[in-house]
Amino acid sequence: MLDLGVIVANFKFLVVQGLFGLGGFAGGTLRLAIPAIVLGFVLGIFIGLARLARSRFVSLPATLYVEFFRGVPLVMVIFWIWFIIPQLLRLPIPEYGVALTAFVIFEAAYFGEIIRAGIQSVPRGQVEAATAVGLTSAQTMRFVVLPQAIRNMVPALVTQMIVLFKDTSLASIIGYVDLTKAAQIVNNREIKPFELYLFIAVVYFVFTYSMSLFARRFERRLAS
Amino acid sequence: MSYQFKWSVLWSGQSGGWLLQGVATTLAISGLAWILAVGLGILAGAARTVPWRPLRLAGTFYVEFFRNVPLLVWMFFWYFGVPPLLPRGVQDWLFNHSAEFWAGMFALGVYHGARMSEVIRSGINSIPRTQFEASVAMGLTTFQAYRLIIVPIALRLIVPPATNESLNLLKNSSVALTISVAELTFQTRQVETYTAKAIEALTAGTLIYLVLCVSIAWIMARVERRFAIPGLIARGG
Repeated sequence: MLDLGVIVANFKFLVVQGLFGLGGFAGGTLRLAIPAIVLGFVLGIFIGLARLARSRFVSLPATLYVEFFRGVPLVMVIFWIWFIIPQLLRLPIPEYGVALTAFVIFEAAYFGEIIRAGIQSVPRGQVEAATAVGLTSAQTMRFVVLPQAIRNMVPALVTQMIVLFKDTSLASIIGYVDLTKAAQIVNNREIKPFELYLFIAVVYFVFTYSMSLFARRFERRLAS
Repeated sequence: MSYQFKWSVLWSGQSGGWLLQGVATTLAISGLAWILAVGLGILAGAARTVPWRPLRLAGTFYVEFFRNVPLLVWMFFWYFGVPPLLPRGVQDWLFNHSAEFWAGMFALGVYHGARMSEVIRSGINSIPRTQFEASVAMGLTTFQAYRLIIVPIALRLIVPPATNESLNLLKNSSVALTISVAELTFQTRQVETYTAKAIEALTAGTLIYLVLCVSIAWIMARVERRFAIPGLIARGG
């Protein structure tokens, strides 16, 4: 039988600490996911634009960056950062910093691809028209191309944000106390794996599914 | 930086053997999970397109629930959560036959089955509805129409996105290290722990993943050309 008592008894630790990251010690899925999404997206914009640059000295490194990180598991990238950054900086970095760095670097490759595809989906004639009315190329990008590109990108971007949100569970591997790690900690004491892991599965689902519902509604509003 | 490189740690001692074992396990767990994922993907993807609501709902529930929860959570769920509920005999068998491998394989297959089904569903939806209507008009049952006409065409249409998803599966098999399946990432860490040469070990593991991904992409590109339906796929670039 499902023993829901274990969920109720540890609800505060799982949700307040593990999910939101409020309370005693550093942690929290959302405290990691939100900055990772924002920073990964920002870095992704630069990478996406760099891939489209006319100069090969700019576009080639960006292409290599994207292809490299899309061919490597995220777990591997987390271990890289975990070992390398302390070596380089000669000081210990908390799990939060390691995880955030790994997610931003890794997800920027995926965001970059989405942004590149979005920009390429804007018809060439738009750029020509903008140039013809006298806009500089930076102005064309800012006022003509990006506003249209971002609309086309929204569904893919939201999907990638969902992926990133789920990926933050991997931060638990290096000891960061997110929702997954919190469930592990409780389980070590209570030995109720079925209930606990099913419960956090539902919590993740509520978040990711509402994000995808939002994306679908947004898409429909754009289409009409 | 005072780091002393010593690449020979990768082939001296046991490291080379460990890495090879890791590759073998990664390929085994990914291969079996891939078969499961494609099977479930076809079933769920087809179920979501049939003209019968209960089946569509069941397919939708499976897909949305399993792909919206992190793979890591599913690993823990199938490895720690489910076995205690199984009959005694099954449990004993599992724990004598590397339960972590089977749980990891199952988690990977069920999770990617949900994602694969989305690819297959989009393939089925891209086939003109008239194909289905024509097969029913010829006297095929719905099941026959799917088995003989719709699914075979869809599978040939979706090779590129299915390749992408298969590579995701291969890369995600690294998550199985959390339930101590001795796959490539696990063995990379073992080399690192044993030799204290982090950069060398991680470089080796990373390169092996890149090589695996590139070779699979290359093989699938040939498969795609071999199975493309002339005139149906116009691929740009």
